[in-house]
Amino acid sequence: MTDFITQDQGPLIPRNRALHPAPYDPGYKTSVSRSPSLPLLSMESSLSEETGPTFGHNKFGALDNNLILNWSKGAAPAVGERILVHGRVVDENNRPVPNTLVEIWQANAGGRYRHKKDTYFAPLDPNFGGCGRTITDENGYYEFLTIRPGAYPWPNRGNDWRPMHIHVAIYGHSFGQRLISQMYFEGDPLIDHCPIAATIKDRAQLDRLVAPLDFAKSRPLDFLAYKFDIVLRGRRQTMFENKMEGM
Amino acid sequence: MVQKLDTLQETPSQTAGPYVHIGLMPTYAGNAGYYDEEIGISPLAGDVAGEVIEVVGSVYDGTAWAMRDALIESWQCDAKGVFPGHEGADPNFTGHCRFAANAENGEFTLRTVKPGAYKGRGGVENAPHISLWIVARGINIGLNTRIYFEDEDNDSDPLLNRIEQHPRVQTLIAKKTGYGKYRFDIRLQGEGETVFLDL
Repeated sequence: MTDFITQDQGPLIPRNRALHPAPYDPGYKTSVSRSPSLPLLSMESSLSEETGPTFGHNKFGALDNNLILNWSKGAAPAVGERILVHGRVVDENNRPVPNTLVEIWQANAGGRYRHKKDTYFAPLDPNFGGCGRTITDENGYYEFLTIRPGAYPWPNRGNDWRPMHIHVAIYGHSFGQRLISQMYFEGDPLIDHCPIAATIKDRAQLDRLVAPLDFAKSRPLDFLAYKFDIVLRGRRQTMFENKMEGM
Repeated sequence: MVQKLDTLQETPSQTAGPYVHIGLMPTYAGNAGYYDEEIGISPLAGDVAGEVIEVVGSVYDGTAWAMRDALIESWQCDAKGVFPGHEGADPNFTGHCRFAANAENGEFTLRTVKPGAYKGRGGVENAPHISLWIVARGINIGLNTRIYFEDEDNDSDPLLNRIEQHPRVQTLIAKKTGYGKYRFDIRLQGEGETVFLDL
């Protein structure tokens, strides 16, 4: 594991915020009053950002990454198109990020979340909770078995709909790598109409959130597969990182 | 054509949305018992060394409304200034907590250990602080900030010293309200806007 430790030392590569959505985007109305108006304070990362929580000691259940069965504790499957979502977590240096927590949450097949604030009239599925979690393997791979979430309307402009999507939260190995994003599905026409997807202005960047249908991983007569790879911030790695102060 | 770089680009962020709680805090979202063990319930995993404190506050939007749906994660070192996982760290302290604004009044409470100071790169002393990461509907990329404490020596902290407008330093300093109790409000926009970080 020596390599793993070396990889986790040193300052983080500064975040390229041009790749990310701008905090203020009037097309997404809620962002208007929830975006800082003053510039962020940029500095080199410190130990506070270069260290982070680990979850190896936490108790994970056998069904935690199976959203078809985890809400009913294995008693009955959720309604919907069965899909496998799989991918790899790597950093900007293209090194795998092993043993890191990946958490997802999503609407059910009708587009309804199991959340006390969701009042959409699509019914709850008694056998679907809508969240899952897993730890990446030694090569950074993860897998979830779930159902394809439904699209749903939301209050923004007169008639806005969210495309089918799965929310993804990842830690990496340090607090400064923390990231939340959303996975969209190849071919969904609603992606082009969604003000939240459109907070990413560069179409090539938005396309990085669109998971392709992956027939090679699909299981005949069982589920389709979608691949979603994730890139987290990396560390600066040069021979000059350990130079003596002031040299 | 110039040579190609081998480095990759970070995955773009998207808002955590209004239902982030079902994913990260199922019990808060009304789905208690979803997992055998929920992550981030408390950074205190037993008898911890140091002073246990409570930090109470709200996250205000640009209209000064206390947001009901903000979710915050914290990360910090232990009372001796050692980060969990490092040699000599308090084995009963995880350093990590998840907490959310109360759906009724928008107030959050973080119960943790008061962190110690630590020496950073080049031997520079960092004043005691807790790192925060704030997400909610309408926040397109998680906001980073820090809690410092008014009853600590913050004079030589390298981050606070980088804030050009001195009154803005106060936006990162928790005010003592009682024994082991502090107030820390976060203002996303407008008057008294919190200093947010890009580290």
